[in-house]
Amino acid sequence: MSLDTNTPQPIYFGREKSRTNTDKTFSSIVVVASFSSLFILTAIMLYLATTSWSVLKTQGLGFITGSVWNNAPDVQIFQIWPMIYGSLLNGVLGLVIAVPVSVLLAIFIVFIAPKPISKVLTLIIDILAAIPSGLIGLWGFLVFTSTASQWAELLNKYLGWIPIFGNESEQFARSPFIAAWVLAIMITPIITVVSREILAQTPKELMDAAIGLGGSLWGGIKMVALPYARGGIVGGVMLGLGRAMGETIAIYFVLNLVFDKVNLYKILEPEGGSVASMIVAKFGEAQVEEVKALLGAGLVLFILTLIVNMIANAIVSRYRNEEIA
Amino acid sequence: MTMETTQIKPASNLDLDATGVRVPSSVKDKLPSDAHNANVLLETKDVHIWFGQRLIIEKVNLAFPENSVTALIGPSGCGKSTFLRILNRMHEFIPGAALAGKVFYNGQDIYDSKVDPVDIRVNIGMVFQRPNPFPSMSIKENVLSGLHLAQLPIENEEEIVQTRLERASLWNEVKDRLDASASSLSGGQQQRLCIARALAINPKILLMDEPCSALDPGSTRRIEGTIRELSSDMTVVIVTHNMAQAQRVSDYTAFFLAEEGAPAQVVENGLTEEIFSRPKDPRTNDYVNGLFG
Repeated sequence: MSLDTNTPQPIYFGREKSRTNTDKTFSSIVVVASFSSLFILTAIMLYLATTSWSVLKTQGLGFITGSVWNNAPDVQIFQIWPMIYGSLLNGVLGLVIAVPVSVLLAIFIVFIAPKPISKVLTLIIDILAAIPSGLIGLWGFLVFTSTASQWAELLNKYLGWIPIFGNESEQFARSPFIAAWVLAIMITPIITVVSREILAQTPKELMDAAIGLGGSLWGGIKMVALPYARGGIVGGVMLGLGRAMGETIAIYFVLNLVFDKVNLYKILEPEGGSVASMIVAKFGEAQVEEVKALLGAGLVLFILTLIVNMIANAIVSRYRNEEIA
Repeated sequence: MTMETTQIKPASNLDLDATGVRVPSSVKDKLPSDAHNANVLLETKDVHIWFGQRLIIEKVNLAFPENSVTALIGPSGCGKSTFLRILNRMHEFIPGAALAGKVFYNGQDIYDSKVDPVDIRVNIGMVFQRPNPFPSMSIKENVLSGLHLAQLPIENEEEIVQTRLERASLWNEVKDRLDASASSLSGGQQQRLCIARALAINPKILLMDEPCSALDPGSTRRIEGTIRELSSDMTVVIVTHNMAQAQRVSDYTAFFLAEEGAPAQVVENGLTEEIFSRPKDPRTNDYVNGLFG
């Protein structure tokens, strides 16, 4: 259709539609605030990258794929694969324990518990989230390790034929198994809070539909609430994984760090790794080059958690798109 | 389901007097000769309903004859929907909800401790005010969802899907896209899908809570047609604010009214024709003629 020559030119409104001065000031503050987070993120990354660059260049790809850490002046080999793998292993094991507990807890709070009990539980979980990780680590070291070691021994005794529960050292303390429990205690509140928030938003009319069709409460939760909350729960789990991988002090207390060997799956052996804890363990006595290598390890951890968060975002948005479709 | 659970019996031709279920006199007196023989499938006796400490419905005695449509009318907020939810034990999910009185389905008190509420909801289905198909499921999955939820056997999926969609007058519009998402349907189609979904589990009674209030006139007309067809072998109880709709679809009407500050009561009930043309109570007359509401 050709435009009539008398048709006037349209004037598009753009961003400046009916904005008052207050709106403009408010917008500027919001823009500054949102860019500041991006600025801080970039600044930290740049600092880590520039400071550690010389060491990363010397070590090459071996920095993230090798298993040697030797700071003798004439050797200077810094490789962190056991620590990277350990961080992932601890995180995943922590999730194995924390996810079922958190999701069931959230279901209980939202759908089953009477209101007063819901409130008390919510408060307890918030308090649990606020306990400093150092304190949990100390408790893990002084109190929990002895109990969890006994659980580990039992696992080894009865299920030791399954490779992951094997133990040749006869030592059960300071293993990835115990680190995973401590991490689970720390990430359960995060996953529970996120799951609770999203489950509570399950549309009432859909739950009504499920129950009205002869579904039990569990039927409704399984068919309606969990699929509805799936994206949000996965997001919460990934947040938890991010926290678990970045956890430093608590792991430092309860896990035996082994730098020259990767413990692939023997979770009851007192051998493990954690990038964050390694930085704490080595930093005090490190010389110039080693400090740079530790900052490089920090950079790797930073990128790793970024990747985890990006995966989380991708998963959450995929579920969201599915819902819209 | 526990061993003690009493299974609800399928509807049978029970004798009115022998079972003790009764049609309220106002209805009974005016029943046409063929309806005199109708069984009362569902009946409430002295039903009182509370939210917390607040009594919202007082002493409702109503009987719903088999294979008929009963409309519950009355001003907004007088508790008709709440009363409807009492009839299939949906009300008990609301915190603070309480009930006194009895609800009989086929002569059995549905609130008896031995009765499994899931059995009640399978036999007494419900269609809600806003269309609420499961958005993540396809049209076909939605129709079958009740069977999965109630853990009923599914013998011939295709046949169940087709017959229920046909009864809900939706088959012709969706037969070529049964695997499409339920959210791709229009509001009216979604509501008919919800009716098909409710029909899939073969309820004897269908409760409808203002099923057309969110729909356009065209969709409303189609759903009203569906309701009339369903009533040939099904008992329907429908809450509606639309007086014309109550007249078009229902055989019987009950008028609920909450006087200022007091709990709601049934002011009058009986044949729809009588309620609308010769109401006994002046309040009913005023309401059905639009003088308040």
